[in-house]
Amino acid sequence: MAAEEPSSANEYILHHLTFLSNKEPKGIVDFSVIHLDTVFFSSVLALLFGGAFYFAARTANAGVPGKFQNFVELLVEFVDTQVKDSFHGTNKLLAPLALTIFCWVFLFNAMDILPVDLLPALAHGAGVEHLKVVPSTDLNTTFAMSLTVFVLIIYYSIKVKGLGGFLAELTMQPFTTKNPVVKILLIPVNLLLEIVPFLARPISLSLRLYGNLFAGEMIFLLLAALTLHGASQLSSAGGWALLVAQFALAFLWAVFHLLVITLQAFIFMVLTIVYLSMAQEHH
Amino acid sequence: MNINLTLIVQMLVFIVLIWFTMKFVWPMILGPMEERSRKIAAGLEAAEKGKQELAQANERAEVVLREARERAAHIIDQAQHRANDMVEEAKGAATAEGARLLASAKEQIGLEAAHARDSLRRDVAQIAVSAASKILQREIDPRTHSDLIDQLAAQI
Repeated sequence: MAAEEPSSANEYILHHLTFLSNKEPKGIVDFSVIHLDTVFFSSVLALLFGGAFYFAARTANAGVPGKFQNFVELLVEFVDTQVKDSFHGTNKLLAPLALTIFCWVFLFNAMDILPVDLLPALAHGAGVEHLKVVPSTDLNTTFAMSLTVFVLIIYYSIKVKGLGGFLAELTMQPFTTKNPVVKILLIPVNLLLEIVPFLARPISLSLRLYGNLFAGEMIFLLLAALTLHGASQLSSAGGWALLVAQFALAFLWAVFHLLVITLQAFIFMVLTIVYLSMAQEHH
Repeated sequence: MNINLTLIVQMLVFIVLIWFTMKFVWPMILGPMEERSRKIAAGLEAAEKGKQELAQANERAEVVLREARERAAHIIDQAQHRANDMVEEAKGAATAEGARLLASAKEQIGLEAAHARDSLRRDVAQIAVSAASKILQREIDPRTHSDLIDQLAAQI
């Protein structure tokens, strides 16, 4: 990739969609490649979340809460209510998992509100060529989270219902019969009907978040691409019009996006809670 | 866009973060929250109890106050009676004293009058004696004598 200023909108956007990685990937799946920017920003945000909440947890007391403790307790109570609404058993993991997902995903998404060129330009000044600052626009991140949730779904299904119960759930419904021969004949049909939604869960979970945030980032990039030519832009009335349009549209989109990033974090959390409570409840 | 090692690393970060939240964050925040709600519940209960106790205390105070008022009224009543009695007594004593003084004054007056009468009688006697001596000094002159007697009689 060339280090000079991108000349066209196309190049500009492609430049912004390229990860900072150790090397060029070969093919769709290449486990020798790592996205350094995604790992860096998600780790920083993990530390931010973990540190802030650990600080709140360390200073938390049953007396009159301070402002920060209030804020943290608001989040905790919000998540706790969501979990209690859909899951009626006891599970030490589910609520902290939901809180982690909500806060972490929200922080990922909130990176999208930063001006699209701010951190990449700073990194460029420091000699880093590419930088993608929103970890949830990396399919690896969203898949990592949904696969972890998927593994937990399988783990709790087997733990609560036993391996037989779990397999029976996949093969003995929706079509049920008392006749043992028909039962065996129905296994492949049931398996096909059950396995598709089962496998669709982690995929839809990750693609929904990825798609929304990728699209959001793309809109920001397109708006940013309206004014690529620096000072020469200001020599014509059209250039000024584009500048004003960019400002107004980017502002509107950012306001709307505030809703989207919160909503997506919320959806990821709620679906995780629902999936995991379904895994632990007998039908 | 491709799937790569980032996936594994992100899974590890995610798992560590979940573990951290579960171990060090969630219980430490929820615990105090639950304790606080317990404390608030206890506080509300105590406030309710305090209110009831206050109402009871007010009732008791009301009773005590009423009793005190009654007793005060009684005492005032008694005091008034006592004062009336005392006034009556004083009046009686004063009347008696007045009567006594009057009596003694009367007695004194009587005495004085008797005294005056006595001295008058003495004077009359003296006058009589002096008149007699005067008469005796002169020669008996019936006319003069009768004049003198008339004089005497007028003098008495």
